[in-house]
This record gives sequence, structure tokens and C-alpha cells, in this order.
Amino acid sequence: MEITARGLWTMIHGMGFGALYLLACSGAIVELWRRYSPATHLPVSGEDETFLRIYLAVMTLLAWITVLTGAYVIYPWYRAAAPPGTVNLSGYPQRLLMSSPSTIGWHSIGMEWKEHVAWLVPISITMATVVFIKYGRNLRNHPRLRTAVVGFTLVSFLAAGIAGFFGAMLNKHAPVEGGRTIHLMRGE
Amino acid sequence: MMSKQQAVVAERDDAMPNGSGAAAILSAGIGAFLVASLAMLADKSASIKSMMNFYKPTGPLSGVTTTAILVWLGVWAVLEFRWRARAVPIGRVVAVALTLLALSLLLTFPPVGDLF
Repeated sequence: MEITARGLWTMIHGMGFGALYLLACSGAIVELWRRYSPATHLPVSGEDETFLRIYLAVMTLLAWITVLTGAYVIYPWYRAAAPPGTVNLSGYPQRLLMSSPSTIGWHSIGMEWKEHVAWLVPISITMATVVFIKYGRNLRNHPRLRTAVVGFTLVSFLAAGIAGFFGAMLNKHAPVEGGRTIHLMRGE
Repeated sequence: MMSKQQAVVAERDDAMPNGSGAAAILSAGIGAFLVASLAMLADKSASIKSMMNFYKPTGPLSGVTTTAILVWLGVWAVLEFRWRARAVPIGRVVAVALTLLALSLLLTFPPVGDLF
């Protein structure tokens, strides 16, 4: 059982940071919606507030790490130009996808959307985190601020979902592979 | 019945103006919209595309996102400085920010971005 260094990085980016962000996002949305609604009578303790502050800060960190590893580690491998005359395009995922009419859409729509929409995630969640850190339970007294925080967090969830979906599909049709081979386990 | 300490906290919380939150929300909307509009511009114009090529292995995406992030943080700092102690018309600010965010989501989708 082997994995290449590039394959491992892609997995860490998508199944590690990205998937963890998506999982965390649903929890944050429920918590912000339920506990900080002006209509709710659920008590919010100082501990609850501190927990959500740390939770959102970790999500923000995850969002930034995900887009930065995506744009500066994996994307350069994805878009690497193949030397003229290259027949085997497996080391050049973008060129491989563009070489066939049945896969070109995964690049021209999938990757083109993913590479930009993903950046809405850290922008949105950074804002939501900073506003929550500042206002905390006082968001109940500012229902419109809370609406915006929940709205931006929802859009970050949607944008991360789009990026994650296309990331998985792109990697299925043209995996980012190469670099050192890492032996994980010996099979029977 | 509120304890004296709870009453003090509630009083302090109620007095917190919405300006700081509004600054963060509006600047995030602007930042998101900048990502989408700069990406669209770089796609349409060869000169902007080459201008946005800050880091060659990543290509124009590096310039588009770096520029948008720097402007976003700059706008946020200015708005925070001007609004932090004020109460601003939050309904309008939130409506504008959410509209910008929704437009960003749409404009980054290539078939929509290509219409312009």
C-alpha cells in the first residue's frame, strides 16, 4: 500500500483540513442559530461562550490552512505545464482534463469555480469569529448582527461544500500524484 | 430576579454599539465581492491577468486573492476606526453585505461570470 507525497498532501488538504471544516461548520451554525437567538431563553454560560469562541477560532484557522495549502501547495502541481510532446499526461492533471471533451468541464467549470469560491470561506468565517469574540452572548441584543454572522457562516458552509465536491471529483478524474513514494503497509 | 453582577453585565452589553460588528460584516462582503470581481477581470483582460501573476506556480489566483485580502483588511481597519463607537443603520449594512456575498457566490460560477 503506497501513496505519493503529492497524493498525501492532497488528502491532508481535502480530507483533513477541508472535511474537518465542513464537519465543524454544521455545529457552529446550529449553536449560533439556537443559543444566540433573541427569542431563546436557553442560558449561555461564560464557559459556553468561551467554548464557541475557541471553536470558531479553530474553524478560522482550518479555513485559512485549507485555502493556503490548496493555492500554494497543490494547485501548482495541478496546473503544471507539460513539456511539448508529452504523451502521458498523468503527471499534469489540468492538461489531462483539458485533453478530452468528456473531462474538460471538470477543469473549466469545476476547478475554475473551486479555486475562487473557496476563498469566500476564510473571509466569511474570520468575520463571524471576530464578531462573535467581540459580542458573544450580546448578539442576542443585536439580532441583525447575528443574522449576518449566521448568513456568512452558512455561505462559508456552502462554498466549502462546492470546493470539496469539485476537489473530490477532480481528484477522481485526474489525481494529483507524483513526488516521493511513501510505503504505508505491506499487503498479503 | 437578576443579581447585581448580572445586571451590570447586561447593562454593559446593551450599551455595546453595533458599529464594530457592522464594520466587520460590510468589509467581509466587500472582500468576497473583490475576489469574484478581480477573478472575472483577470479572466477577461490579458493585462490584468499578467498583473495578478504574483507567484508564478499559482498564477493569477495568487494576485487576485492577495489583492482582495489586502483591500478587505484595509477597508475593515478604516471602517472599524470610524464606526467602532457608533451605532450605524445595521439593517442596510447587513443587506448590502449579504447581497455582495450572494453576488460573489454567483459571479465565481464560470457560466455566470462569462456572461459579463
